[in-house]
Amino acid sequence: MTAAPPLLSVEDLFVSFHTRDGVARVINGVSLQVDAGESLAILGESGSGKSVTAQAIMGILDVPPARIDGGRILYQGRDLLAIDERERRAVRGAGIAMVFQDALSALNPVFPVGWQIAESLRVHEGLSKPEAHERAVRLMERVRIPAARARARDYPHQFSGGMRQRVMIAMALALNPRVLIADEPTTALDVTVQAQIMDLLAELQHDTGMALILITHDLGVVASVADRIAVMYAGRIVEHGDVHAIYERPAHPYTRALIESIPRYGRSRGGPLRAIEGLPPSLTRIPPGCPFHPRCPVRQDICSAEVPPDIELGERRVSACHFAREVLNGRL
Amino acid sequence: MAASERTGTMRADEPLLRVENLAKHFPLTRGVLFRRQVGTVKAVDGVSFTLARGETLGIVGESGCGKSTLARLLVRLEEPTAGAAWFEGRNIFEMRGPELRRLRRDLQMVMQDPYTSLNPRMTVGDIVGEPFEIHPEVAPKGSRRARVQALLERVGLNPEHISRYPHQFSGGQRQRIGIARALALNPKVIICDEPVSALDVSIQAQVINLLEELQADLGLAYIFIAHDLSVVRHISDRVAVMYLGRFVETGVEEAIYERATHPYTQALLSAVPVPDPKVRGTRRVIRLEGDVPSPADPPSGCRFRTRCWKAQEICALEEPALMPRDADPHPSACHFAETLEIAEGSGAQEG
Amino acid sequence: MSSTGAGLPVADDMLVAEAPRSLSRDAWDELKRRPIFWLAAALVVLMVLMAAFPGLFSAVDARTAPCSLADSLRPPGPGHPFGFDKQGCDIYSRVIYGARSSVLVGVFSTLITGIVALVIGMLAGYFGGWVDAVLARGIDIVLGIPPLLGAIVVAKALSGQDLGIWPVVLALGLLGWPTAARVIRSSVIAARHQEYVSAARVLGAGHLRIMLRHILPNAMAPLVVVLTILLGQFIAYEATLSFLGVGPRNVISWGVDIAEAQRWIREASYPLLFPAGFLTATVLAFIMLGDVVRDAFDPRLK
Repeated sequence: MTAAPPLLSVEDLFVSFHTRDGVARVINGVSLQVDAGESLAILGESGSGKSVTAQAIMGILDVPPARIDGGRILYQGRDLLAIDERERRAVRGAGIAMVFQDALSALNPVFPVGWQIAESLRVHEGLSKPEAHERAVRLMERVRIPAARARARDYPHQFSGGMRQRVMIAMALALNPRVLIADEPTTALDVTVQAQIMDLLAELQHDTGMALILITHDLGVVASVADRIAVMYAGRIVEHGDVHAIYERPAHPYTRALIESIPRYGRSRGGPLRAIEGLPPSLTRIPPGCPFHPRCPVRQDICSAEVPPDIELGERRVSACHFAREVLNGRL
Repeated sequence: MAASERTGTMRADEPLLRVENLAKHFPLTRGVLFRRQVGTVKAVDGVSFTLARGETLGIVGESGCGKSTLARLLVRLEEPTAGAAWFEGRNIFEMRGPELRRLRRDLQMVMQDPYTSLNPRMTVGDIVGEPFEIHPEVAPKGSRRARVQALLERVGLNPEHISRYPHQFSGGQRQRIGIARALALNPKVIICDEPVSALDVSIQAQVINLLEELQADLGLAYIFIAHDLSVVRHISDRVAVMYLGRFVETGVEEAIYERATHPYTQALLSAVPVPDPKVRGTRRVIRLEGDVPSPADPPSGCRFRTRCWKAQEICALEEPALMPRDADPHPSACHFAETLEIAEGSGAQEG
Repeated sequence: MSSTGAGLPVADDMLVAEAPRSLSRDAWDELKRRPIFWLAAALVVLMVLMAAFPGLFSAVDARTAPCSLADSLRPPGPGHPFGFDKQGCDIYSRVIYGARSSVLVGVFSTLITGIVALVIGMLAGYFGGWVDAVLARGIDIVLGIPPLLGAIVVAKALSGQDLGIWPVVLALGLLGWPTAARVIRSSVIAARHQEYVSAARVLGAGHLRIMLRHILPNAMAPLVVVLTILLGQFIAYEATLSFLGVGPRNVISWGVDIAEAQRWIREASYPLLFPAGFLTATVLAFIMLGDVVRDAFDPRLK
């Protein structure tokens, strides 16, 4: 453990959604932390709760139907869930910023992008219009939008997908956040554009020393960029630790099965892929015990009976599986 | 229908499907009452290829390259502006009426979006059974239900769910329904337009395995269109790389992935994130500048030259033909085609 | 249940609860819990019953009951809850029997409107191009004719002959369809671009099959809503026409009664109150029903 407390840490978070179909337990005891300059990837498929975690940290959950049932979100030592709304906004605005998957819906279509970037500067830092505009142009240059000054007058729909994403990143950077949360920032983009954006994020992180929380389902993106990774399934973190260690020797059957199931383009056609059988569970009816047990290739009797504890495997490595050590050592 | 009619004028070694210089230009119009044409979007602009029985041709490209339009052309959801395609020796774009209906039985499609490709108000049984209603000669009335159930089972669904509605199934299961529907008429060729892109990672593998299994059992030929290079490599025998309406490189999968000679392919391969943290820092980084040019106004000469690090004067003047090059025998549309080592262990030496 | 290489789902007979539910199911659930829906629905059912089986509500047959001037404007009392009108006719039975004219006109006009709107809207939306251009202009032209005025003209022209409610029905039906046709046209245009329509084409489905099997069911919901509201409006129109004296002849109608009653309003209010009240209630019931059903079906309001 490092001596200083982490920049941002989530402790035992519980979030549920109250829908007509019942109560969906979307986040069930999630704990994670990230330090300055560090890159944490939250990996999960749809329904794993990864986006909701990000939204909870940012405070943009729709509170009904969502409900925070417990836990703390500590930013620079202060629990964001315990202070009032105004204070929270002040703390968040300056410290934590977010980039979304779909820039087109996150940006306001009727205002020029330069104006939108400048807006947060005007509101939070009280800059005058010309000052804010100038800063906005410089931010656009920073994210490598060509002809930034001229393009600051353009509207979101006049940009390509990749450029729009850069605009969103510029907006997020405007207030020099200490933590940047990127929720599937490149999922909707082509692979060549994706590579450009990921390079940009890495460069910005390096320059500013901010922490990056990257939410994604893409195992390739995680492997290229993250320092640490938290794997989510059915609202729980089933494994987290250093990215090299986890890819080399996963300690949770889900992580392992996921890594083994994807096709590799470096390998010629082989036999069938090693698919994970079954479907992800409905969050209104999470299976008892370990939520992954119905699909687990190495499940045992205890798995359907008892929720697995977080087993520490040393060096900030944790796995929520009854047989974490066996999986790690390849004996299961 | 006699066997001779089915083979038409096809010789034994002729490919199942042969496409020559297929093009689709969409007019760009302005004005509401009196539409003036102000340009054309050349979505597909001269594509040629062949497909053999039982083979999988993968087509990769990024958004805007025209691959979806190409798919729609092949199933005649769009009419081409130019070019031709022959299925079993017969020109598919000249077919009308009953002959076209007959073609439909042989050439089917699986679509990308499992949420919109199934009519929400029809039961699964109706959806998978509709082909039989349109082509009653394939299945006599009494046997349809049994055949639908057999199809559902074949794609890994419970045949007892025949009366359920699409919304009661997950995305992956809906895609299986779409596959069952495409199989109903015993086609020879199935065009898969991004069939797994909308699915979760753990479900993609299931559906890919299903497609491969069906191909092995039924001798199907696939045209597999996707943007995910890893998936395409896994399932394809041959691969074509598409950019701005044209193929820029074609070859067997090994040639494309290990010995790519076209700069765009190389850029694509270098951009694909590899799920292995160990290779960080060991891969060649090729980053393209700028955006894809508009298909309404493609660059002169080689279309890729505006983003290519190798572009020379000749690239603006003369369009490179898709033909075998010195660096490697597979066809590549580049004046300066050469292999490049993208990652450790792949690709020949430079030059 | 084990899994093969192709990945048979393990719990494959389990419904996937988190898949989105169908719009109709959702809409119905939402409707069930809104009191307005039940109120409006109850009123509608009541009025339809009244129109179909007036005998259930009134022992006296207003068509044949004698009216005695001795009873003129007698206030409500036992046996005659609504009192008597100027002619000495029992208001209650007239109101009950009057429902038939209004409701029937409403229903039949709506039927005609619905059919015409469906055909025109479907053709225009599905084929697009010049078909749409021509039909859309047609819609605009008819839309330009004020329905009430048009109905009055037609009704007057045919009023010489004793054709009962039919002139009015035809007039309203043939003039009310443009709005509904536009609604259908937009839903058809939206449905036409759905992937499942393309999928049907790839299977070899012809135009008719696609229109009837794929597009129509998905375009019906907005039509039903519009028609329900239109029905209410048609009932109001019928009453207006009757009020103006160009409505169906020799038929008991709320409009006629209202016209008559308003002349004597200073002497007695109940001859006006009751027919007007029933009329308003009926029109409101249909409009409210249409409104609440439309809200329930609108996915954006969720």
